[in-house]
Amino acid sequence: MTTTAEATTPLLQLHGISKSFGSVQALSEVEFEVCPGEVMALVGDNGAGKSTLIKCVAGTHTPDSGQVLFDGNEVHIHGPKDAAKLGIEVVYQDLALCDNLDVVQNMYLGREARDWLHRLKEPVMEAKTAETMKSLAVTTIGSIRQPVATLSGGQRQSVAVARAVMWNSRLVILDEPTAALGVAQTEQVLELVARLAEQGLAVVLISHNLHDIFEVADRITVLRLGRNVALYERKQTTQQEVVQAITAGVPTKVAGIASTNPEPA
Amino acid sequence: MSTDATAVQPEPALPESFVGRTLDNIRGGTLGSWPVLIGLAVIVIFFSFKAENFLSPGNFSNIITQMAGTTLLAYGVVFVLLIGEIDLSISYISGIAGVVVAKLTVPDGNEVAGIVAILLAVAVCALIGAFQGSFVAFIGVPAFVVTLAGYQIWQGVIQKSIEAEGVIVIQDNTVNNTANYFFSEKAGWILAAVVLGIYIASVVGTFVSHRRHGVAVRDPWLLVAKAIAVVAATVFVVVVSNRDRGVPFVLLLMIASLLVLTFVAKRTTFGRHVYAVGGNAEAARRAGINVARVRLIVFMISGVMAGIGGVVLAARLNSVDLNAGGGTLLIDAIAAAVIGGTSLFGGRGEVKDALFGALVIATIANGLNTLNLTQGVIFITTGCILLFAVTLDTVLRRRQRKAGR
Repeated sequence: MTTTAEATTPLLQLHGISKSFGSVQALSEVEFEVCPGEVMALVGDNGAGKSTLIKCVAGTHTPDSGQVLFDGNEVHIHGPKDAAKLGIEVVYQDLALCDNLDVVQNMYLGREARDWLHRLKEPVMEAKTAETMKSLAVTTIGSIRQPVATLSGGQRQSVAVARAVMWNSRLVILDEPTAALGVAQTEQVLELVARLAEQGLAVVLISHNLHDIFEVADRITVLRLGRNVALYERKQTTQQEVVQAITAGVPTKVAGIASTNPEPA
Repeated sequence: MSTDATAVQPEPALPESFVGRTLDNIRGGTLGSWPVLIGLAVIVIFFSFKAENFLSPGNFSNIITQMAGTTLLAYGVVFVLLIGEIDLSISYISGIAGVVVAKLTVPDGNEVAGIVAILLAVAVCALIGAFQGSFVAFIGVPAFVVTLAGYQIWQGVIQKSIEAEGVIVIQDNTVNNTANYFFSEKAGWILAAVVLGIYIASVVGTFVSHRRHGVAVRDPWLLVAKAIAVVAATVFVVVVSNRDRGVPFVLLLMIASLLVLTFVAKRTTFGRHVYAVGGNAEAARRAGINVARVRLIVFMISGVMAGIGGVVLAARLNSVDLNAGGGTLLIDAIAAAVIGGTSLFGGRGEVKDALFGALVIATIANGLNTLNLTQGVIFITTGCILLFAVTLDTVLRRRQRKAGR
């Protein structure tokens, strides 16, 4: 599963995505891609269009123009259900967990295992949750039968990520997964993100925290004012260079993703 | 990537034991039924010393029949509170049910069979629940206002529909029996055996299905202890009832409704979605749960339980009058659910809370009555207990918010 990102075909490719809200051009001709087994960071200042781009993939928005390729085939995503069918899961910033329900109940929220009488199959759900947690090496949660309210921020984020992964998803999009976490908990979540990529999933990581990004990302896409600014290999760039791209913008060398790798300054 | 050098400090995980998880639950803001059961024990002990006739089989039957209507309404209240809403119209919806059965069974040549009248009355109440619920679910009108409007509307409908008669006496035996029938000694034991059989089958089923999937049953001994307590309580209730008039039909109705509604709340996908909507409606929506549908059905359940309770209340008086659904019924029903431990903030509570809460309210009213104290004292006492219960609920919720963050 651990082929290098460059050698595999991208799982998700966006070509020339444009989206406007009234007179506001949120995205113009954006190019984006992510490969299986790769963590692609998506960075940009507020209003750069990160969320809009993600919502176009998640089915919340439909792009005005442009092409979405999944597995090399063009797809049209018209809602969260379409996205889920393709194996795209989004973990939103505010987690979308129910505090009063336990870990198992949250993992299966809205997709409970049930029989023809709509009776819940608790043991089935519990066994599968335990298995998923184990496969992701989420060991910090004492009991998967404790209410989510009793979990720390990092543990909650782990539950949200595990839920996204459990449904045979192939692309997981994480929106600011470490924004509200302390140092140790951030480490937990970043380790989890790295593990997802190791398992062959494509991961998109949206974050303001360049330290986090430089810890786990393989490549970094920078957006500014709804346009591509740069695409960096993490190993060949510096935080300073990325900051400059986010704030001032650097000219995109060549349109199109493959060759956008900027020459070392 | 983090290497061993930057390894994560694991957070202390609480031990997987009964004590560990109980502490965890308290930390997370769930106490279960313990406070209300302890409170109930204190109340019973207090009155058994203070009031002479309090601990008699006859008085036990009285408490059961007095609390039945309130309890049935309160079961519906639990569902409404679970989704974080409120239904203020239930008392007058129950009055409507009383009026419907009374009018349909008046022996004027056009009367219908008692059971048909009851089913029609409950169906009318379900429709009223759906009507009110649709404003909440589809338009988003606050339930407080919708059901406050319902409170006035249905009160008006009751007054309008029996203003000519003033009082309608219910002469149909089937209807009256819902409140006033007592099973024979033998029938009481058979019913107890059936109810216990269902309960024990579900407990055993839990063990079997867990074992089949290789999942450990949490606290098996606690589960067994609970089962023994339930069996003991049932035997006790039947023995005591049989020393008076026998097991009341309303008790069977209360227990059967409890079992069915608990099954719905705890073992079905719908029940799970009810808890999810109450815990975090936005999360539920994002998870693909049809939140509007859940809300609508919950208000229908509230209407149905108000309907069944209304039939029982009317049957107990053998009549309906202009005061049907009035008095303290609404407050008692909501207070029963809350005193039992159902949260006003949604997502926390169980159907049995309503039974325990109603038992507390009925026991206090009955005990103070046997002490020859006036209605005023009863109101003050019940009010204080309600205040205590809501305060506890609020404190628990604050703890839950803080926990783990």
